[in-house]
Amino acid sequence: MTYPAVVEARLRAEAAEIIARYPVARSALLPMLHLIQSEDGYVSPGGIALCADIFGLTTAEVSAVATFYTQYKRHPNGRYTVGVCTNTLCAIMGGDAVWDRVSEHLGIGHDETTADAAITLERIECNAACDYAPVVMVNWEFFDDQSPESAVELVDRLRAGEAVAPTRGAAEVVGFREMSRVLAGFPDGRAGEGIGAGPKTVVGLKLARERGWVAPAAAARSTDSEVTSAPPTRKDA
Amino acid sequence: MTTLTPVLSRFWDAKSSWTLDTYHDNDGYEALRSAVAMAPSAIIDAVKASGLRGRGGAGFPTGMKWGFLPPADGGPRYLVVNADESEPGTCKDTPLMLASPHLLIEGIAITCYAIGAERAFVYLRGEELHVYRRLLQAVAEARAAGYLGPDVLGTGRTIEVVVHAGAGAYICGEETALLDSLEGRRGQPRLKPPFPAVAGLYARPTVVNNVESIASVPSIIANGADWFAGMGTPKSTGYGIFSLSGHVTRPGQYEAPLGITLRELLDMAGGVRAGHELKFWTPGGSSTPIFTAEHLDIGLDFESVATAGSLLGTRALQIFDETTSVVRAVLRWTEFYAHESCGKCTPCREGTYWMKQVLRRIEAGQGTAEDIDTLVDTCDNILGRSFCALADGAVSPITSAIRYFREEFEAGMHTPAWDLFPYHRSAVVPVGELAGASA
Repeated sequence: MTYPAVVEARLRAEAAEIIARYPVARSALLPMLHLIQSEDGYVSPGGIALCADIFGLTTAEVSAVATFYTQYKRHPNGRYTVGVCTNTLCAIMGGDAVWDRVSEHLGIGHDETTADAAITLERIECNAACDYAPVVMVNWEFFDDQSPESAVELVDRLRAGEAVAPTRGAAEVVGFREMSRVLAGFPDGRAGEGIGAGPKTVVGLKLARERGWVAPAAAARSTDSEVTSAPPTRKDA
Repeated sequence: MTTLTPVLSRFWDAKSSWTLDTYHDNDGYEALRSAVAMAPSAIIDAVKASGLRGRGGAGFPTGMKWGFLPPADGGPRYLVVNADESEPGTCKDTPLMLASPHLLIEGIAITCYAIGAERAFVYLRGEELHVYRRLLQAVAEARAAGYLGPDVLGTGRTIEVVVHAGAGAYICGEETALLDSLEGRRGQPRLKPPFPAVAGLYARPTVVNNVESIASVPSIIANGADWFAGMGTPKSTGYGIFSLSGHVTRPGQYEAPLGITLRELLDMAGGVRAGHELKFWTPGGSSTPIFTAEHLDIGLDFESVATAGSLLGTRALQIFDETTSVVRAVLRWTEFYAHESCGKCTPCREGTYWMKQVLRRIEAGQGTAEDIDTLVDTCDNILGRSFCALADGAVSPITSAIRYFREEFEAGMHTPAWDLFPYHRSAVVPVGELAGASA
C-alpha cells in the first residue's frame, strides 16, 4: 500500500518540518506517527513504510515503536475515541458503571469500533483529572464529572454528528484525524477556546480569597499591606 | 493552623488566564528580567538555597540536580521538562499548564539561562489535547515577545522550546524512559549511571525536571530563596499543590506549604463526603503506600511521610471512605501496573501479571489459603529488583493494604469483595446496582 504521489509529497514536506524541530531526526518519529494517523486514521502499513524510508529504519523498527504506545492504533479508528477512565479512583467513584453502561449501549468492548465508524471505545488509565472523577475523554478532551446517563447521552450525540463541547477544552471536540494532526505539532487555532480552569481547579484559590489567605510577603515587597497581613505559614515539623 | 498559599495558582481564576497578557498582569516574566541580570551561577545558588525539591515525586533537590551538570565543553546541553503526568491520582501539572502555561515557560527560560542550555523540550503526555494547544501557543507568544528565541531579552542568549507530545505510556514519566521516547524509541528505562546530568538526551548533559518544579523557579527568583524557604518545614521547604480527589466534599487543587496535614486539608475541603468516614488514602499517588485514619495528623512533607512508612510523592491525596473495598482498589492499581510495565525487567513484567491474577481470585472470593503469602513473597521479589521505580510502585499498594487490612484479603478466600462492599455504595453518581466485578 502506497500513497498517491501528491499525498506522499505533502507528508514528506510535513515530515521535514517536524524533523527540523529536533537536533536528531529520529526524535520526530513519534509526532510523525501522529501525522500518519491524521492521514489514515491509524498507523497504516503504508505509513510505517513511509516512516521507515524517511528515518532510515526498517519497518520492523518503526512497528516496534508504534506498538509500544497505546495512542497509536493498529486498526482504523472511529471518528471519536471515547475513553472511560477505569483506573481505581474513577472506577470506584462510578467509572465502572459508566463503562458498563456505555459498552452495553454501544454493543462494543475495549478497542472496538461501532459499525458506523463513529466511536472507538477504550478503557483508559488515569488521565490526570482525578478531582473531576468519574472522567471520560473524547479524542483526549476532558469530559468531567460523568455519570452513566451523561456518558450515554454523550455518545449518542457524537453518533448523531452533533458538535459536542468538552468540559475543559476547545469549543467542540474535533475528529480523530484533526486531533492527531495537532499532536504532530501543527496547531489548529483552538488554543484560545474554552476555559482556563474548571471549578475544582480553583476550589483552593477561592477558599483562600474568602479567608484572606495569601503567601507570605517577600522582604522586598513588604510595602504591600495586603500581602503583609498574611499569617505565618511555617511549620516547625 | 496552616493556611493555603496560592502562588502558582494565584491567577488561575483570571479571565483568559493562559494568555501572555494575563500573565503580564500578574508580574509575568519579571523574574526572567531579574534572572538575566544575574550570573547564571547565582541563579543556581538561589534555587539551591531555597531548598526546592523535585515536585515530580522523588523530591531530589532541584538546584543540586542542576549542579551535577559537568562544566561546559562547548557542546549542547538540554533541559527536559517532564510533563508526562500519569501517576494514578496525580492531577496538578495538567491544570497548571491548562490555566497558566506561561508560568512553566518562564521557569524554562530562567532554568535554561542558568544551566547554559539553548534548547528545552517539554515532554507532554499525548492524551491531553488542549494542554498541548495551550503550551504551543504559550511558546509562540513568549517567542514573539522576546522571552524565547535567538536573543532572549537582548542578552544574546538563544533559548528555544519544543513541546513534544507523547503517545500513551505511563513509563515515559520515568526520566530515562522519557529520554528514550523523546529520541523516537520505545520508552524503556536506562540503567543508571550514567545519570542524565552526564549522559541524557542524545548522550549529552541533560536536566530533567517536573513541571511544578520548573514553574516554581520564577517565584523563587522574584521573591528570594529565603521567602521560599520560610514556608514549609526546614527540610521540605516551600509550597506545593495538593490534589484532593475521591470521597471528599470539595475535591480539587489546594496550594499550601509542605507539612500541612490531611486533617487540615480535609477541613478546608469540607471533610469526607457526608455521612461517611475515612478508610484509607494515598499521600502521593498509587505508588505510595496507603495510609489510614491514624495518619491524619502526619505532616505532608518528605521526612514526616517517609518516617510514617510512605512517600510524599506527588501530593495526590486520593480519599476512600468506608464503603470502599481495599481489595478492589488494589487489584485495579495492580492491573494498571501490569498494563504499563514496559517489559524490560522480568520481576516487574511477570510479577505484576501474577499478582493481578492472584488479586482477581481474592476479589472474586476464590482466593486460596496461600494467596496472601504468595502476594507478599512476590512483592519481595519485585521490590528493588528492577531498573526503575515502576516496579517498586507496583508493590506499594499491595504490601501496605495487606498491612492495614489483612482481614479483607483473608475474606477473599470465601466471600467476593462486591458482597462485602457492594460497589454501587462507593459511587458518587447514580449508577444503579453493579453486578460484581466489572470487565
